[in-house]
Amino acid sequence: MSNISLKDQYINKTRRDFLKKAGAGVTTAMLASGITLMAYPDPALAREPNEGVDPTKRWGLLIDVNKCTEDCNECVTACSQENGWKLDGNPAVDSQWIRKLKIKNPKTGFEQTFPVMCQHCANPPCVDVCPTGASFKRADGIVLVDKHICIGCRYCMMACPYKARSFVHEPLEDQKSHAPRGKGTVESCTLCVHRVDRGDQPACVDRCATKGHGALMFGDLNDPKSEIAKTLATYATKQIRADLGLDTGVRYQNL
Amino acid sequence: MALPIAYSSINSGKGFYATLALLAGFIAAGAAAFLYVEHHGHVVTGMTNQIVWGLPHVFAIFLIVAASGALNVASIGSVFNKKAYKPLSRISGVLALALLAGGLAVLLLDLGRPDRMIVAITTYNFKSIFAWNIILYSGFMAIVGAYVYMQMAKGMEKYKRPLGILAFIWRLALTTGTGSIFGWLVARQGYDAAIMAPLFIAMSLSFGMAAFILVVKYTGKATGNLLGSKMTWRMGRLMGIMAAAVLYFTTVRNLGNLYAAEHAGVEEFILFSGNIFTKLFWFGQILIGGVLPLVLLFAPNKGESSSRVTLASVLIIIGGFAQLYVIIVGGQAYPLVMFPGMEVSSSFQDGVVASYMPSIYEAALGLGGVAISLLIVVFAMMAFKLLPRDMSDAALDPHHAVKAK
Amino acid sequence: MFAKLKQVLSVAAKSVAMVAVALLISSATSHAEEKKAQAGYPSWGPQFTLPKSDNKCVHDPDFAKTGKCVRDTAFMRRNHMELLKHKRDRTMRQGIRTKDSSLQNCINCHVTKDKADKAIKVSNPKHFCASCHLFVAVKLDCFECHRSTPETPKGSASIPKIPAHSNLLAANTDEAKNLKNFLSNHAKEGVTQ
Repeated sequence: MSNISLKDQYINKTRRDFLKKAGAGVTTAMLASGITLMAYPDPALAREPNEGVDPTKRWGLLIDVNKCTEDCNECVTACSQENGWKLDGNPAVDSQWIRKLKIKNPKTGFEQTFPVMCQHCANPPCVDVCPTGASFKRADGIVLVDKHICIGCRYCMMACPYKARSFVHEPLEDQKSHAPRGKGTVESCTLCVHRVDRGDQPACVDRCATKGHGALMFGDLNDPKSEIAKTLATYATKQIRADLGLDTGVRYQNL
Repeated sequence: MALPIAYSSINSGKGFYATLALLAGFIAAGAAAFLYVEHHGHVVTGMTNQIVWGLPHVFAIFLIVAASGALNVASIGSVFNKKAYKPLSRISGVLALALLAGGLAVLLLDLGRPDRMIVAITTYNFKSIFAWNIILYSGFMAIVGAYVYMQMAKGMEKYKRPLGILAFIWRLALTTGTGSIFGWLVARQGYDAAIMAPLFIAMSLSFGMAAFILVVKYTGKATGNLLGSKMTWRMGRLMGIMAAAVLYFTTVRNLGNLYAAEHAGVEEFILFSGNIFTKLFWFGQILIGGVLPLVLLFAPNKGESSSRVTLASVLIIIGGFAQLYVIIVGGQAYPLVMFPGMEVSSSFQDGVVASYMPSIYEAALGLGGVAISLLIVVFAMMAFKLLPRDMSDAALDPHHAVKAK
Repeated sequence: MFAKLKQVLSVAAKSVAMVAVALLISSATSHAEEKKAQAGYPSWGPQFTLPKSDNKCVHDPDFAKTGKCVRDTAFMRRNHMELLKHKRDRTMRQGIRTKDSSLQNCINCHVTKDKADKAIKVSNPKHFCASCHLFVAVKLDCFECHRSTPETPKGSASIPKIPAHSNLLAANTDEAKNLKNFLSNHAKEGVTQ
């Protein structure tokens, strides 16, 4: 460790990464020829902590609206508990990373409810408009706010077609250590990036499954063998405001 | 033929100290409001997660837009070579700089993290129209600063015109950029219109001219160096033409929105059902800011009147604030359409018209920005010889002098 | 009076110009780094070579057993912000979540407890980070968003009770005296723990 510049360490690391990735390719192929894999989490495919995000992946969600029940708010509660935001009696101002939406066709009376959060677009307008580059998309498709350089201009909130972002209006303390949040910066669903990085699925997906609804599915949209990709290949699904051409990472079934 | 124009600085006049004290008071109030909001967070303001840009942005954008328009007189002098406007181009450039500085101060102080101003200046995402604007604003400061310097320095006359042309092009780019901050918001039905750019250019020409006329007339009156009535009328008529252009672009924009079914909802909201926004649109923007000034300036058989120009300028500024309030706050108040044709509800105010009640802090911050601009102008007039010693028609316009003979 | 005001104005104008030049220079130099960081590459900041450990690491009580220490004290005192910033960009942009130089790890170890055996927050001047940052009057930005105490009771239970800057305070230097005075003054002011 001593006497090695950080840069040298990085160069060594990239060399190791290259070798590892070459190896990983073989492993995947071997696994693929055999058993049907659980879509995710898969310990064999989880990253080491010192490995960077895999740009071949694109994480996404599929929400089956038919399986989502109106009186259930568990995905929202799970997100709130996981990430430490809460509704504090001022819904106009409090952060909401995920919310249950109810839509009703006024002509027919047909109703549906489902959760809406950051849609993790491939072409995110919030990233385009951010003056400092604080709003950014990770190589694996997760859209995040880098609060280290967010100046709190709120232009991303103007640009988001999904109202997915919130502005922290008040000073905070005792945040979750994996979900830093602070006054004067903008925040939104992180797709539970801290869980994804250790090979877990987002808290909302977990909770929905343990409550027996199974309306939310998480996985790699780019991997044709993942359950989410297979479902997307088999059933009709929708993106909210697909007309904007944003190629969202969150898709809806039976909407 | 014409004698070289003599300029003078100002350090006294009727109500000089009262003006300084008043401006300083507004700035102090603005600073206090800033510190209060910075300490407690934006929860103490009227902003919400639905209305993210409120009254401070109305003030900031008004000042920024007016800044570019305040340069009208200098541009007409240098670029279009109208002799009568040239003596006033120093103050025109300085007012432009001052208005921009005040506007940017409000914009920066309303950030969630104003302490990170250095990040805003040094870290750019070049795809962002907002980042382009930061470059456009800084460039405007530099170019107009140099332009004013060339006007005042000895032996620099030859650089005046090229810099004037550059400043003219730059200010058009600047207002295009400011308009496009809204025009390029494709997700929001209230914006999403390329016509925002020319609309903002027209707004800048009109608001900036009004600000210029009021500042110069007020200073002239206070120092006993009255602006010639012919000149006032000329500038007033010019402002009227620009106010008409604002009405024209507003009409086209709103007709276009009415035509597109997708935008019909927000249009119906602004024009008919939007309560405060509807009132501000029809009475503030259209009547006070558009129709009345045009009647004052263009009604036949009324003759020329300097005081009618003053009144029209005041009305245009009031209308301008109303217009920006409708554009900025009204555009956000109308719920975002995610599911066309559906009734939407949630805990996050989906499908609900968002309410916005500006707080005293936001008003103080905005007015503080205006005061910063004006105080800069007063200080600049004290430190530099900006105004012609004689602003009468005969002194300003050689043609007028010839005719008078 | 106006001559004076003019003088003040001209001084003010000069300082504004100097600040502007400084900003220009700093933006020219820092920009490349920021751009790299935005593109998802690590931002290296100034290049530095890590010094050899002085084998006197008080930060890790298991040092004798494990031989592991983040860096020695002298290095950390001067460069912790570089390590943190470097790590911050790699974690944020690239999802690299090693424990070395992670703020969460710093916080889990560098904890000061109050009489009730509870970890104190950064608002308390005795907090490890606050004590020094207040002393040198450098703004501490991390805890605008990050929590300043260990999150899990499990984590804090295993934390050794090392007072902040114990090694610094132990030394018989002016610096140590100043710091001691500073800390005791704050304690007198009745800071809630």
